Amino acid sequence: MSAGRSPRDKRMSIDEVVAELSDGMTIGIGGWGPRRKPMALVRAILRSDLKDLTIVSWGGADVGLLLRAGKVRRLVYAFVSLDSVPLEPNFQKARQEGTVPEVVELDEGMFQTGLRAAAQRLPFLPVRAGLGSDVLVHNPDITTVTSPYADPDGVHEELVAVPALRLDVALVHLNRADKHGNATYLGPDPYFDDLFCMAADRAYVSVEQVVDTAGLTVDTPVQRLLLSRMLVTGVVETPHGAHFTTCTPDYERDERFQKAYAAAASGSDEDWAAFEQRFLAGDEDAYQAAVAAFAEEEQA
Amino acid sequence: MSEPTRAEVCAAAIADAFADDGEIFASPMGMLPMLGVRLAKLTSNPDLVISDGESLFLAGVPPLFAKADVVEGWIPFRKVFDIVANGPRHVMMGATQVDRHGNQNISAIGDFDRPTRQLLGSRGAPGNTVNNRTSYWVPRHSPRVFVEAVDVVSGVGPRRAAAAGPAAARYNDIHRIVTDLAVLDVKGADDTVRLLSVHPGVSVDEVRAATGFELEVPAEVPETRSPTAEELVLVREVLDPRTLRDREVKPVVREATS
Repeated sequence: MSAGRSPRDKRMSIDEVVAELSDGMTIGIGGWGPRRKPMALVRAILRSDLKDLTIVSWGGADVGLLLRAGKVRRLVYAFVSLDSVPLEPNFQKARQEGTVPEVVELDEGMFQTGLRAAAQRLPFLPVRAGLGSDVLVHNPDITTVTSPYADPDGVHEELVAVPALRLDVALVHLNRADKHGNATYLGPDPYFDDLFCMAADRAYVSVEQVVDTAGLTVDTPVQRLLLSRMLVTGVVETPHGAHFTTCTPDYERDERFQKAYAAAASGSDEDWAAFEQRFLAGDEDAYQAAVAAFAEEEQA
Repeated sequence: MSEPTRAEVCAAAIADAFADDGEIFASPMGMLPMLGVRLAKLTSNPDLVISDGESLFLAGVPPLFAKADVVEGWIPFRKVFDIVANGPRHVMMGATQVDRHGNQNISAIGDFDRPTRQLLGSRGAPGNTVNNRTSYWVPRHSPRVFVEAVDVVSGVGPRRAAAAGPAAARYNDIHRIVTDLAVLDVKGADDTVRLLSVHPGVSVDEVRAATGFELEVPAEVPETRSPTAEELVLVREVLDPRTLRDREVKPVVREATS
């Protein structure tokens, strides 16, 4: 087959992806809490001049880091947690010091429903979740809708109308992709990465490894192909790009590093500045080198 | 066999909360709830569907934090929400605050706009409580947890659900609140928290003093049952041989009685 008949090559660098983002954008970040987060892309946003972002995330350190760097004007979340460290210290700090201008705290099911509505190009979808809770009190713009259909007992239920969570851009991290954007996850959970991509105008996927299209299914069931290239704008090969979150089975969470992160985040401003200087001041290669040095120190 | 510890009494009380559930997904958050649910599956309710807390339904009943042996299904996070909406699930969640009307808070302490302490966020609590059976686990029963009114309503109690209409009330089912001191429910007068039993060695007054609102106390308050010899063997030798349970609920040192 001639190259001209092959689908587009969408490989990009981390910095090329970030160059396509702009101030005030709504960015959805895939993964879940401290799992399979596109951290290399998040770190690149930290290094950029981007500001006033709306971040939509099942939050982990992605949210904590972006808040600490002052990148976020509006945060949409259902939780922010590092799991083995239950509370995310940078998220706590931002909330307690009032430095994140606007928050939208949703129920987890509402969050998924909002993404689904966006993915289906609907203005909203109805759910029970949220009824009676303070999620509706603290988000007065979220309203309810009365079912046009009667239940068997004659009641027209009043349900939450979850507004679509439209995204300008989705950032996700998977295990493997081809250069065209077909991508597969090898761990036990797809999370919601396909939904993020469908809810977004443009989606960028970072992966541990770019392989030939034939290689995607040579040792992996086809059901693991989560993303089709038609949903993907750009592909970035970033080995260890989810660090310090999980990217099962390539690697698990770096618990020692996460502890060091949490300690610095909940410590003094000097503690945080030292962490930033050591790990976040340089580019992704510098980060990975600093992490390798940290791991060696911990071994010693 | 030595006397049951407080953690073991709690495990049996949690197991009892799941005894009548039949074939549904038991979803425990935290160590003692996981121990209690696995104990229920090995004793009173073998039909329970349990998971590894991540993405697998387990056919066997492995010890706490052991790797899955036989897997019987796939339950990634996206499918959890399908089951929540579909209904066949009983979740036991933590609760940083619970009020007299059985509302729960895991979102934030203080004013939501500028919390004095930011917690996890409401997570799945709003959806759980209007979709499927929900229980709470409180490892340290105190007036800081049991407050007159929670700062943020994450989990919805029956009164709030009723006020929100039939769609909210239809499946609202706050089943049990198990603590290190007692077992309670929300079936008191006007849908308020009611004392069901006190754990061995705990007095009703002790529970009252540890509760920051007026608790409904029946004339007769039974003692929470002690685990059977079979249950003690299962907990001590099968499910938690490393005694991790004592980290969550410290063994009570009994004062010598004269």
